[in-house]
Amino acid sequence: MTDVTLGRPIWRHPEFARGARDMVGISMGIAAWGLVTGVAMAKSGLPLPLSILMSLLVFAGSAQLAALPLLVSGAPAWMVWAIALCVNLRFVIFSAQWRPYFAHFPRWYRMLLGYFTADLNYVVFMTRFPRPEPAPEQMPYFWGGVAVNWTSWQLPTLAGLLLADAIPTEWGFGFAGILALLGLMYSLLTDRASRVAAGVAAAAAVATVALPLKLNIVVAIAAAVAIGLLMDHVTPVEARPMEDET
Amino acid sequence: MSAWHAVVAILGLAVITVATRGFFLYPERELPLPAWLKQGLRYAPLAALAAVVAPEILMQQGHLITTVKDARLYAALAGTVYFFWRRGILGTIVIGTLVMVALRTGLGW
Repeated sequence: MTDVTLGRPIWRHPEFARGARDMVGISMGIAAWGLVTGVAMAKSGLPLPLSILMSLLVFAGSAQLAALPLLVSGAPAWMVWAIALCVNLRFVIFSAQWRPYFAHFPRWYRMLLGYFTADLNYVVFMTRFPRPEPAPEQMPYFWGGVAVNWTSWQLPTLAGLLLADAIPTEWGFGFAGILALLGLMYSLLTDRASRVAAGVAAAAAVATVALPLKLNIVVAIAAAVAIGLLMDHVTPVEARPMEDET
Repeated sequence: MSAWHAVVAILGLAVITVATRGFFLYPERELPLPAWLKQGLRYAPLAALAAVVAPEILMQQGHLITTVKDARLYAALAGTVYFFWRRGILGTIVIGTLVMVALRTGLGW
């Protein structure tokens, strides 16, 4: 790929190496999570060629893990998409923050950038470039991070898919996928309202589990969003200092 | 599940990846977003995860589990304790899975 802004091979820019280096530090975590996702996908019962296709195209671990049980149980495609959409909603919120950096590129290039902006790219990039304005070294830095992130995710996922048969099902290794979702969920618990919302969602999902088409998940999300909004509006945010008008 | 149904579902999931990751990048003009919507959206990812995870830990064939001899409970508990101790997703996965495998192979839970 050539750099749109600099017109030379992007991987020769020093910022490409820096972007890659900053990602290498956390790539062990990405790799382990990819391996677990690969094994969990293989254990879910989805045929191997479809699992490989899913991993290479979808490139979104938590959405894949959340959509898999629905896909395997033969739920309608719209349900599979709805759950993936909900799990990916955090990216919608992140994308608003990417906009000042990327808005000046042509749309096809913005779509390409969008596809590769995973969670960790977001964290690393925003740490390196805290000022929301475009700069020429951003693209090499971004693609350097993407190169490491993509490789350290896809290769272990494929390894997990191919090696999963060496691990007996009765060991319960597939539960690792649920544990990964659990950890991701905990990392989103930032305040009291979010903890309450998570508790409400969990209780609602269990209570309405008898609904068809996994609609219990939709009920749970609606309940959690409602309780979250309610708490935001009832709880005073912070005591504001009084302004002295006299 | 037919193979074609799955392929269509997977292609749709790839479209969702592109659509969500770049959502606010694609319009030519900046989209104004109502504040309440921004606020409400904040809880959706969390709720989706909790809704998927809770039944997988607490239920067996559509009913709440009635035994404490279920390895999933201890695996989830160990993962939870690790997470709030060290704040790492990777360790949560590793510790929980180790407990799971140990209880399944050792005690047959």
